[in-house]
Amino acid sequence: MKLFVQRSDVGEFRRRYHVMLLAILVAFAILTIRLAQLQIAQAQSHRAQARRNIVGRVTLATTRGVIRDSLGRVLAANRPSYDIYAVPAVVDMDETWPRAVQLMGLGAAEAKEFKARILDIRAQDGKRKLQQTLLKVDVSRDVVASLETHAAELPGIDVVPTPVRYYPYGQVGAHVLGYMREIDAESLARHDGQNYRAGDRLGAVGVERRWESYLRGQRGWQKVVRGQNRRAQRTGLGELYLEEPRRLEPIPGRDISLTLDIELQKAILREMRGQLAGAVVVVDVRTGRLLAALSKPGFDPNVLSGEQGKQAIRDAFRRLSRDPLKPLLDKTTSAVYPPGSTYKPFSALAALSDGLIDPSAEVDCKGGYEFGRRYFRCTGVHRKVNLHEAIVQSCNTYFYALGELIHIDQLAKVGMDFGFGVKTGIGVNPEARGRMPTRAWYARRYRGDGFRGGFTLLSAIGQGATTVTVLQLALAYAALANDGTLYQPQVVRSIETSSGTTVQDFPPRVRSLIDVDPAHLALIKDALRGVVQDSDGTAYSEANEDVDMAGKTGTAQVSHVTPRSVDPKRVWYFNRDHAWFAGYAPALAPEIAIVVLIEHGGGGGKNAAPVAMRVVDAWQKLNKRRLAARGADPSRKEGANL
Amino acid sequence: MVFARGARAKEQFDWPLFLAVVSIAIIGVVNLYSATSPYIDDPRRAGLADMYVQQVYWLVIGGLLGTLAAVIDYRALERFAYVLYGIGIASLVLVLALASDIRGSSRWIELGRFAFQPSEFMKLFVVLAVARKLADDPRTEARTLVDLVPAALLFLLPAVLVMVQPDFGTSMVYAACALTMLGLARLRRSSLVMFVMGMIPIAWGMWHFGLREYQKGRILSFLDPEADRTGTGWHALQSRTAIGNGGLWGEGFREGTQNQFGFLPDQFSDFPFSVFAEDWGFVGCLALLALYAFVCAWAINIASLAKDRFGAAVAVGVGATFFWHTIFNIGMTLGVLPVVGITLPLFSYGGSSTLTTLVGFGLLMNVSLRR
Repeated sequence: MKLFVQRSDVGEFRRRYHVMLLAILVAFAILTIRLAQLQIAQAQSHRAQARRNIVGRVTLATTRGVIRDSLGRVLAANRPSYDIYAVPAVVDMDETWPRAVQLMGLGAAEAKEFKARILDIRAQDGKRKLQQTLLKVDVSRDVVASLETHAAELPGIDVVPTPVRYYPYGQVGAHVLGYMREIDAESLARHDGQNYRAGDRLGAVGVERRWESYLRGQRGWQKVVRGQNRRAQRTGLGELYLEEPRRLEPIPGRDISLTLDIELQKAILREMRGQLAGAVVVVDVRTGRLLAALSKPGFDPNVLSGEQGKQAIRDAFRRLSRDPLKPLLDKTTSAVYPPGSTYKPFSALAALSDGLIDPSAEVDCKGGYEFGRRYFRCTGVHRKVNLHEAIVQSCNTYFYALGELIHIDQLAKVGMDFGFGVKTGIGVNPEARGRMPTRAWYARRYRGDGFRGGFTLLSAIGQGATTVTVLQLALAYAALANDGTLYQPQVVRSIETSSGTTVQDFPPRVRSLIDVDPAHLALIKDALRGVVQDSDGTAYSEANEDVDMAGKTGTAQVSHVTPRSVDPKRVWYFNRDHAWFAGYAPALAPEIAIVVLIEHGGGGGKNAAPVAMRVVDAWQKLNKRRLAARGADPSRKEGANL
Repeated sequence: MVFARGARAKEQFDWPLFLAVVSIAIIGVVNLYSATSPYIDDPRRAGLADMYVQQVYWLVIGGLLGTLAAVIDYRALERFAYVLYGIGIASLVLVLALASDIRGSSRWIELGRFAFQPSEFMKLFVVLAVARKLADDPRTEARTLVDLVPAALLFLLPAVLVMVQPDFGTSMVYAACALTMLGLARLRRSSLVMFVMGMIPIAWGMWHFGLREYQKGRILSFLDPEADRTGTGWHALQSRTAIGNGGLWGEGFREGTQNQFGFLPDQFSDFPFSVFAEDWGFVGCLALLALYAFVCAWAINIASLAKDRFGAAVAVGVGATFFWHTIFNIGMTLGVLPVVGITLPLFSYGGSSTLTTLVGFGLLMNVSLRR
């Protein structure tokens, strides 16, 4: 049959078979040699690379130290929080998105807005669409749980844990505590290699900033096996490949106990309710510890730390920085004010120590004092007053006369002995120095010989070029109260580990023992008691029967330079005098010193004194309650995290 | 008449070929199980873990088709060689016309639930057609290049059609395979020199006009794999790491970390050898390479024993297809050849490719039975 006709002649092909066999041999030999090279000669390096592929390090977060008040109440803690991000290029808007909206529990308007944002970024060129875009901050735990359960169905939707600093007392004590901010490029460069990365938060002001290195803690790491092999996860196959050490434990930040009493702080905020702006400082006269410090108006550190997201931070800062009442300024240490009549005790001590005045000698006040061609006004007509009466009734004329006798450098010297014109060293917020003017200062200021005797008269009543900080004044009054010991103020009482062991304790530190005659001090302290308790005292009308205190009112004139930012309709306010009250309590056995400043509050006796009285009243009540409770339950610390 | 020689066939059944192929196929399925085992328990890709079962189905179907191909006398196929070739070309044109896009290239024809790749089956049709051409044209004197032009056109036409898809790897297989078969014919020495010289401008022309950017990228990244660690070079780099990680004795079955932790892309299609090398090491690879080399050499042995030119040419053609696939694929995983998507016969997952390979072995058996 034709189908099977033999067309032999395979001879032509024959000679090729050997060549082909040889080619096969050579080809497989080459593969074998290469295989030997990879699997024998280079096996070590390839194995190392394979290990590097699967073994990665994950960062173990640390927790920032907790800040407590002197009685262990938590003032700053950490709250776990979760943000939702979307990767615009990855999210499937038809399949994934409706599911995500449902699981996140978004309202129609919000869902529409987010969708528009994602689509907008997706429409643009560039890398952004491949990066995480923040959708929603601090979602509820229910949302986190349902999103994580359905993570497999939601490619491109990520839940990112972000611990948020939390201040349970809100704006109470905010200036001292501070708040957190995201690290900027500059700080990042400065802290290079010091445990900081982009996106980290660090303390912005106050204790949070100054004690950052203690509070922060140290991140740890753990070696993990990368890749999504369920079997490997279940059987621990990957564990075999993790070399020791596998883990570096994170070190939690140190906890810090402050000297503040948050209840007192709250009471002060309450008593200052009616005031627009001002500052209050309470210190322990026996230790120099800061018991309370209020600067008003304040801010909510929770918002500034990002509790409500980045937009809220921006909005808050915009509002705060435009406010003419300067809420961000710590008015207890960072701002200076003329002390007015609250300074008179120190002027008197300066004159007494030079033997310039006889305490019983009287000056006739006719409502003012003639000096050179100028007439210096008094607050009223006090008739004949001695030193005691001059302080009790706050007679300027007496002090003008004193000012004519004394050298301005002597006034400044005694002032500086009491800590004025020098930074206190509290070490929380930037400190203003204040000013104790001297001849030398005036010479610098007016280039040569511009000094006039009138300057001394003004300095003697705490006006003119003299300025102090609220904290300086409080410490100086504390020194009066404790008979001459000037303490370094303290905010931090001790540093503890997260488990509660005290690492460092800060005992009171004396700055100086002031060289002052006890007899002179007794005179002054008697007069300060009179201010509150004598019927002609400037604070007598505001005295509270339950409150035993001594102190001095002050009404400081404001230089009429109106900041440009101020609305012309409100200028009257900024031209009003500052109201002061500085004192201590109890009057005969002092424990605390208190200074109240009400910015543009008017008369000190009428406005600042009652606030001080009520604060001291509150302090007494807190003390009483605490003494009653102490027997039952020695002060215990609250849990670190909320 | 065709089946009348059954008794004789039994006597001459080619056990070495059969056993070698069955061994490779079994190892291939086991290896496929290891390759896809990371997907076990993974709800998102659960289907992929069952791939080896699917492969067993293909092997069974392929075995049946291969038996059929072995039983029909190959001289009947010789008669229909051009017809089959024509059907193959028509289906390639159809693919281009339909151009349904899968993974950036159109290689598939969908029939209900199944999609098949005509370019795979076309390999066999090219072998048959070129064998027929060689058988029809016996000469005693050495040939010139011009004598080979008609045979060359037989593989150039499908090569161009497949290149357009674009599937550079497959068209290369057509060319390598057909040229190997043409190598059977005696060629004048001067013609051989001219051929080699002629390849240079062709290669230049291919580079500038024939190749797409991603294909060039593959070749460039082969020449300098360190230059591109994220793109094309990534696969090659990870494959070499996997093979090297196997070492002398291997990491053990299903223990190769490169594959188990997802660092081997396309581990079931293009890089199953890397999985095997990581699991079984140099020793295992040596054994496997020996099996592959044996099958190649055995195909030449069958060709040398073949009674006629067509049978010999078919045996060489099937052997060459197998050989080039093996060399290209393993060479690519070892980093001695650029990454082109060429499968490893009986190791890579794939219906069309498995069926083609087994039908090819059926043809080989066919020739072996009728020597």
